[in-house]
Amino acid sequence: MTAAQRNPALPMRRAAAVIGVHLLLVAAAALTLFPLLWMAAASLMPAGEATSLPPRFFPSEATLEHYRTLLGRLDLARYLGASAVVALGATVLSVTLNSMAGYAFAKLRFPGRERLGRLLLAALVVPGQVGMLPLFLLLREMGLLNSYLGVIVPSMASIFGIFLVRQYAEAIPDALLDAARVDGAGELRIFAQIALPLCRPILVTLAVATFMGTWNDFLWPLVVLTDDRLYTLPVALAGLFGEHLQDTELMMAGAVVTVLPVMLVFLLLQRYYVSGLTAGGLKG
Amino acid sequence: MKRSNLVAAAVLAGPALIVIAAFFFVPLAASLLLSLTDFDIYSLADRRALHLVGFGNYTSLLADPLFWRAMRNTAYFVVVGGPLSIAVSLGAALLVDAKVARWKGLFRTVFFLPVTTTIVAVAVVWRYLYHPRFGLLNQALAALGFAPIDWLGDPAWSMPAIIVMAVWKNFGFNMIVLLAGLQAIPERLYEAASLDGAGAWRRFTAITLPMLAPTLGFVTLLTAIGYFQLFAEPYVMTQGGPAGSTRSVVLLMYEEGFRWWNLGRASATAFLLFLVIVAVSMLQWPWRRGRALAAQGVRP
Repeated sequence: MTAAQRNPALPMRRAAAVIGVHLLLVAAAALTLFPLLWMAAASLMPAGEATSLPPRFFPSEATLEHYRTLLGRLDLARYLGASAVVALGATVLSVTLNSMAGYAFAKLRFPGRERLGRLLLAALVVPGQVGMLPLFLLLREMGLLNSYLGVIVPSMASIFGIFLVRQYAEAIPDALLDAARVDGAGELRIFAQIALPLCRPILVTLAVATFMGTWNDFLWPLVVLTDDRLYTLPVALAGLFGEHLQDTELMMAGAVVTVLPVMLVFLLLQRYYVSGLTAGGLKG
Repeated sequence: MKRSNLVAAAVLAGPALIVIAAFFFVPLAASLLLSLTDFDIYSLADRRALHLVGFGNYTSLLADPLFWRAMRNTAYFVVVGGPLSIAVSLGAALLVDAKVARWKGLFRTVFFLPVTTTIVAVAVVWRYLYHPRFGLLNQALAALGFAPIDWLGDPAWSMPAIIVMAVWKNFGFNMIVLLAGLQAIPERLYEAASLDGAGAWRRFTAITLPMLAPTLGFVTLLTAIGYFQLFAEPYVMTQGGPAGSTRSVVLLMYEEGFRWWNLGRASATAFLLFLVIVAVSMLQWPWRRGRALAAQGVRP
């Protein structure tokens, strides 16, 4: 017998709860989406309309002129390309290196494994900025300033990524790997042909996280790239913002171009990304 | 096994460990050394201009009101923005997790969308929302009969304005983590409490909060560490102003290091921030131990 059957007042209260929860959910969703929707709407308004009084929420007539200006005169496609190169390069490298290391920490026994693991875990709280100045000098010595490789270098491997994969790979049954060993497969082949396919969901999580992190990163590319033709999108957008402070609609279009690719990647892969985040990595 | 296993471990773990050693641990150690020198723009051109100054950078920083201002601003952001973020994340997670809620996936996606954006782009949007004359926020206030607020131009409002934007941008991430924590709480606990006559609020305080405490502690630690590194928001929105009211420690470090090229002093700034973060993480240890215990006992 459920509580609802015992107490006749409960269906009413349940209806109130249903309505209340959904009102709150819809209100919260509206507040969350509003800045993004307004950004999209304003990017389509003719110049000056976004700052008219009373405020407008929809363009009187939608125009793509700001997108044309951005891609034409302001050469935004170049920065879009730079961001794509940096984010994709970092993603491929980080998924490769972190999956290899994460698997090794989970399934291979080697001297110092536990101690190394504890050291890396402790270093998780160290903010990246602490080593930023020497890293800058190091890349300067290596001739990597003003290069995309220089932007990618610090995200090629990450402690977070190693642990994300390790946690997941630990669930692979040892019997499976031992069976392959008995059949004479080498360790590298076991990694590539057995472990890696089993780890695919967590690798998607890692890929999305790295792509998002490097595409959106601002401070490090700002430091490494001084030649404005090499800027990534966020750095270029910050620069444009300084010059075109009054061109609201133009800046909104720039923001849309910067935000949209990551949003699409997230929407396409969110199922894997979210389950990976909650299943393995953040249990530490 | 042994030899081939060792070779395989070296081949697989080696590259990542070398990258992390070279581009994370070495710079970290070098940063400590650099902070003990007077490395500046002259040393950048000629290493002979470089001198050890002991703790000179630290003593001068600790005597500099600008540094303390930046520390206070950062602490304001962490202490007010952190709990606010987590409260909003928890609220959203509870709503999405509510048994009666429908379209859970859709709402979860919507709440996560701001997390996928880059701060620079949303800072551009929020700057216009905060515009004293045309900004929609002040338009809304005017409609309700309130006087306009110069959000980013008034030193009293600039940090709250940045906090609101940061909460909006970040709450979705912690919501996902907390949602997983909520879903791991055994349903039978709630059923038993209901049979004993516990109301919704009582169930929340007696079951949800204690069971969620380890996850909350973990999320709090991550958020605090992240918020101590406040940089892009004030860089784009206010350039640290007005009147230095939003200049964070990392922004100070950036200006010191990459605008004035005082790399020694900037490294000392970074290290002091690091020490604060380590101290805060230490405070969190009891939480994390609790989390580890809970993780063993009540896994989904």
